[in-house]
Amino acid sequence: MTVRERLRQNISAAFYRHGLLCASYPVPIILFTSVSILTCCYPLLKLPLPGTGPVEFTTGAKDYSVPSHEPQGDLGERPDWYQGPPVAYIQQVLVKAAVSPWDSSLVPVDVFRSPLGRVFSLLEEIRNHVYTDRSLETLCLQVTELLPGLRRMQSILPEHGCLLVSPGNYWQNRRDLFDSDPDILKTVHQHEPKGIHTSATLKDLLFGVPGKNTGVSLYSRKRVVTYTITIALSSYDARFVASLRARLKQLHPSVNCTLREDHMVHVHFKEEIGIAELIPLVTTYIILFAYIYFSTRKIDMVKSKWGLALAAVVTVLSSLLMSVGLCTLFGLTPTLNGGSIFPYLVVVIGLENVLVLTKSVVSTPVDLEVKLRIAQGLSSESWSIMKNMATELVIILIGYFTLVPAIQEFCLFAVVGLVSDFFLQMFFFTTVLSIDIRRMELADLNRRLPAEAGMPPPPKPGPLRPREAPPPPRPSPHTITLQAPAFRNLRLPKRLRVVYFLARTRLAQRIIMVGTVIWIGILVYTDPAGLRTYLAAQVSEQSPLGEAGLPPHLGVAPVFPGGDPTSTLSVLPAPEPTPLPENQSQGHGASRPGGAPLTSPQISWGSEDEEVWRRLSFRYWPSLFSYYNITLAKRYISILPVIPVTLHLNPQEAIEMRHPQDTQHAPRSSAKTTDLQTDLTLYKVAALGLFAGVVLVLLLFCLYRVLCPRNYGQNGVQHGRRRRGDLPCDEYGYSPPVSEISPLLLRGHSMDIECLASDGMLLASCCLAGQIRVWDAQTGDCLTVIPNNGYIRTHTCTLKCCCAITVHLLNLTDWGKEHTVWPYNEPPLRRRVTPSRPTLFGDQPDLTPLIDTNFGELPPSHTTVGFGFDFGGLVEKAYKEHEASPTMHFTAPTPPVTPAPPQRRRSLGDPPVAPPERINVSPGEWDSSVWSLELRGNLIAAGRSSGKLELWDAVEGTLRCCNEDGSSGITALAFLNNRIVAARLNGSLDFFTVDINKPLGLLQYRGPPGRASLPSSPCYSSEDVISCQLTRSVQCAHQKPITVLRAAAGRVVTGSQDHTVRVYRLEDSCCLFTLQGHSGGITAIYIDQTMVLASGGQDGAICLWDVLTGSRVSHVYGHRGDVTSLVCTNSCVISSGLDDLICIWDRSTGIKLYSIQQEVGCGSSLGVISDSLLVTGGHGCVSFWDLNYGDLLQTVYLGQNSEGQHVRQLLVLDNAAIVCDFGSELSLVYVPSVLEKLD
Amino acid sequence: MAEATRLSSNGTAQRGPYISVITNRTTNLLIRGTMLFGVGVFLALVLNLLQVQRNVTLFPPDVISSIFSSAWWVPPCCGTASALIGLLYPCIDRRLGEPHKLKREWSSVMRCVAVFVGINHASAKVDFANNVQLSLTLAALSVGLWWTFDRSRSGFGLGVAIALLATLATQLLVYNGVFQYTSPDFLYIRSWLPCIFFAGVITMGNIGRQLALYECKVVQEKIHQD
Repeated sequence: MTVRERLRQNISAAFYRHGLLCASYPVPIILFTSVSILTCCYPLLKLPLPGTGPVEFTTGAKDYSVPSHEPQGDLGERPDWYQGPPVAYIQQVLVKAAVSPWDSSLVPVDVFRSPLGRVFSLLEEIRNHVYTDRSLETLCLQVTELLPGLRRMQSILPEHGCLLVSPGNYWQNRRDLFDSDPDILKTVHQHEPKGIHTSATLKDLLFGVPGKNTGVSLYSRKRVVTYTITIALSSYDARFVASLRARLKQLHPSVNCTLREDHMVHVHFKEEIGIAELIPLVTTYIILFAYIYFSTRKIDMVKSKWGLALAAVVTVLSSLLMSVGLCTLFGLTPTLNGGSIFPYLVVVIGLENVLVLTKSVVSTPVDLEVKLRIAQGLSSESWSIMKNMATELVIILIGYFTLVPAIQEFCLFAVVGLVSDFFLQMFFFTTVLSIDIRRMELADLNRRLPAEAGMPPPPKPGPLRPREAPPPPRPSPHTITLQAPAFRNLRLPKRLRVVYFLARTRLAQRIIMVGTVIWIGILVYTDPAGLRTYLAAQVSEQSPLGEAGLPPHLGVAPVFPGGDPTSTLSVLPAPEPTPLPENQSQGHGASRPGGAPLTSPQISWGSEDEEVWRRLSFRYWPSLFSYYNITLAKRYISILPVIPVTLHLNPQEAIEMRHPQDTQHAPRSSAKTTDLQTDLTLYKVAALGLFAGVVLVLLLFCLYRVLCPRNYGQNGVQHGRRRRGDLPCDEYGYSPPVSEISPLLLRGHSMDIECLASDGMLLASCCLAGQIRVWDAQTGDCLTVIPNNGYIRTHTCTLKCCCAITVHLLNLTDWGKEHTVWPYNEPPLRRRVTPSRPTLFGDQPDLTPLIDTNFGELPPSHTTVGFGFDFGGLVEKAYKEHEASPTMHFTAPTPPVTPAPPQRRRSLGDPPVAPPERINVSPGEWDSSVWSLELRGNLIAAGRSSGKLELWDAVEGTLRCCNEDGSSGITALAFLNNRIVAARLNGSLDFFTVDINKPLGLLQYRGPPGRASLPSSPCYSSEDVISCQLTRSVQCAHQKPITVLRAAAGRVVTGSQDHTVRVYRLEDSCCLFTLQGHSGGITAIYIDQTMVLASGGQDGAICLWDVLTGSRVSHVYGHRGDVTSLVCTNSCVISSGLDDLICIWDRSTGIKLYSIQQEVGCGSSLGVISDSLLVTGGHGCVSFWDLNYGDLLQTVYLGQNSEGQHVRQLLVLDNAAIVCDFGSELSLVYVPSVLEKLD
Repeated sequence: MAEATRLSSNGTAQRGPYISVITNRTTNLLIRGTMLFGVGVFLALVLNLLQVQRNVTLFPPDVISSIFSSAWWVPPCCGTASALIGLLYPCIDRRLGEPHKLKREWSSVMRCVAVFVGINHASAKVDFANNVQLSLTLAALSVGLWWTFDRSRSGFGLGVAIALLATLATQLLVYNGVFQYTSPDFLYIRSWLPCIFFAGVITMGNIGRQLALYECKVVQEKIHQD
């Protein structure tokens, strides 16, 4: 044993123990993991919240020095971005200008023309200001050229020089251009973008105050023009700035101005996410979600798929959070952009392990205890999980040694994330899985308790003509019972599933709601006048340095103790005139004697003027600098205290500066139009928005109507029983279109039909009376009747019924004991029969429809009917009643005449060598009953209980050949080419060869010529002499009775009670393989031309085998109890079991696709018509299912009096008719669509 | 029986036209080609955006304002190339007779695409000390991508061949002045370009194989039906 093996074993054992632990104490473990997740995520609280808004920091202006690059000791109040010099120092000169006193002779243009005109002299002053040989040119921020995309702004924004921005830029800072400008408003507004804009516009940029505060409007009621001259300085010279301030103040004194001048604000800008960066980010997230979707889609066979998927995602996400938290705890600060590396981390860590775990646990045998299942599942995947994890760790460690900081950090996160993910998988997810599986088992138990089918009403003896159309719908308690929604795990088309999911969870509404809330939150957070500024103001108010960050909307400024209350209020939009302060510097002309509606403008300074830029968009500075290709992302600027400038102009001056056109063309109207224009656009936008909203609501409403079921909201209420005739609709209200399929009734048998055989053209049936009838499978005509030799027609089936009951009782007991019990049990029972029967016959209910006397061995066709418990609970119940009084066994209504030999199950172990009852059988020539039937060409092979093999001509009804080599009853027959294989009750297998003495020539009756090519078997003409010889007999083919025999593709496959499947070659009857793998007797086998071999056993397991190599391809546990029948299509395996569940499995992966809950007792009758059409039998009806999606397509009722009769056998013919065997009637149902397809 | 034909309208034949469309070889090829083309165009746009942010490639300035910040011919070229590659891979698999077995699931394909975008992201965003380091890292990542998601010799061979061809084509394009790289370090282009091409080929091949899987399934079914 190598080290590897030992390691593997140890790991497996450890995982096993761990699984036991997790499944045993789910709640404490989940609590423990939650606590550890929270603990590890705790350090995350220290990380700043992500946001794109700028951050401010205020320092004093007097003792300012450029912060050094190295972080200093006192980091207490300094943010970590406050290092190194800023991008620029911003000096703003805030100009407020008014023409006063206002004169009635002035036109509205005068409000701003002359105040704006003064900007040029101010600019001149600033440019020429020199303080000890330092001029502005040496200090200011030199910009080179605009970005290429901004050519149209080239004439406006400064290039190749100082970054000095003022309204004068509109006129290239030239007075003469301004003077000759006929329409100032037009010049100002021509660069404004149309529509709604969020970022800073050119007007904002140049004026430096919000557009509505400039006063450059014909409707300004205050008649004060406000603008700023913004100077960007590259280096800070305190003395120069101070001298400039003093000079400007001296020139234009602003009395009544109490603006603080002792602090500067540093504004740090985060990295802004532009659309260009957003698109890759969004793409990665879309890929991430697709990955998660495709991964979690594979979770199957659990109680709550979505719950587990959520748990998987939670596992990965919280492991990432834990990773970041742990890294932060140990001193590593994340520098990468978390949002953009997050998807990659998720993808690297992956959801694979979680899915592997789920699959492994789910595929453990269902009959085990939950914790054992978990433990087994864990331990079986332990090695691969460890191996994968080791590989990933190694890969990531390699990545760590690339020595690139970013990759190193990524790898570090990934390593910690992987480890914590492993931890969470082991503790969190495993526990969740155990809880889920326990819930599923509980649900299964609950489901199996109530039996749906009560006693059916007594059948109405209404004569039903063959080929009668089904009766009109009438209320009846029974139709197909669909599964409760929780168990119905159907495969709908994907788009429908998406739509249904959306409708069910109201996902769209919720997403819209959440989106709206988030959007509002973002708006509030990032709005310059919103919460953020408020918070920032609060913070800066509390901080000792910055007391000035008061938001404008606070209105009252407590930091200005000496301030005039009126002055702080007066700039608010409130239009009421306040009395002029007496200490107004310049004397203004006498106000109008009459108390004057024309108020003179006044200039006042308030606290909100301190930081004018706050009222602008927070993108103001970034966009200004970005025009010159200077990014402010992750950098900061320092804003110096503003210099207030007050300008008072004479009316005279204003009139002098007028442009001739100002008075000519009606300025009022033009002003009105511009004003109206802005108003109109606003209204237009509002109306458009309203309209769009209404349309959207209507559209959504229509969509909702179209997509959602009408009984939305009452989902799951009316699921129970449906009336017959109501089309069955699934849980989403989807009901298939109505179409009528009228079944053909084939009547003639007097007793229950037990054997059915068909080769597509002909159909042979044998009833309990031993009568064989041959039907034309196309038309339903009875062609031949082969009576049992001399058998009296009135032979009863009473005994058979009782025997059937007994057999089924025995079937319920252990198989091993069965055939030892039976022989002793039978004779006394039989003897009691005759005397007691007549007395009991009378008013007893007719049990025959309830009792499944399906002893027949079905020939190998698409339909497989297991040998097993076709009755389900009904017969069990019936039997249990009878068990109390043994005489109750014989209560069947038919008048008994002669006791018949009991129809024994082929599975019974007793060799009926001269059974005692044969003495009782009336005429001597009646030999035995037919136990198995096969039909090929026009030859019927019938295997009798006496061991006799007979070959009948199907058309003429003559016995062609007879072979009496064996004495043990033939339980199963296979007829392939010219060979017949017979399985006998004693476990031996006989190979016969059918010899035709004359070469096959004339084609017999073969139905319509078009279909004649379908059956591949040879035809025998009536003149041929046919002999049947035993070529080989395998005496001990199996240790125990052979239960199933199938032949196809030159192979004969037998399944037996001894848990093995054997494969024989048909030509030389050589045993190729003995397939072992089941832990119970084999109950169902499927083999077809493509060499697909599937077997199902009593252990509920289904094995797929490779016939060529004899290896097991897959092994799944799907049923509780026996697998009663198995069919394979190209893509899936369909199995039904005693649990009345039809499961559809993916053939290649062995994953259960979905399952259909059948009615009690109807589980085993199923057939596949084409690759996408499944037929199942129910109570008096057959249902068609779309195999791809699991949709119920249609239910066809077979006849009036068939209610309560189970469809016991379903035989799919080649021409897609379905023969159902219920009671003594056969029913032919054509599915025309399949016919068309085949043609 | 006449009315029973209506069953055909809902059950089996409901998928009739669908199946016939899928199994029709040319239509199937067209569908797959279109899907691959779409994926290629989309990835080209997105990844180009990554490169443009970093000013790795420079297109003439008047084009930059046009659709999605790259020259108009880039996305169609990438789309066509990816469609060709995506169709070529399953074809070669079939010719060689060694079908691709490894992890043929959509989740794995998604993972592959995510890693590919991540490699591009790393090439555009991460600061490396020098170009050699960058190229070596990307080469290792690309080979890792192949090992994780492909592992077939044909895939590797085809990937290397196409990557070399594409690099040559890019060299020619740059040489003729169609566009240029801001800091070429390998003749006229960047040395990591072959790695990116290789990873892209592997990714598109993965997608193409996954798409072809559907066709295989349906065709098989049809053969069995017949």
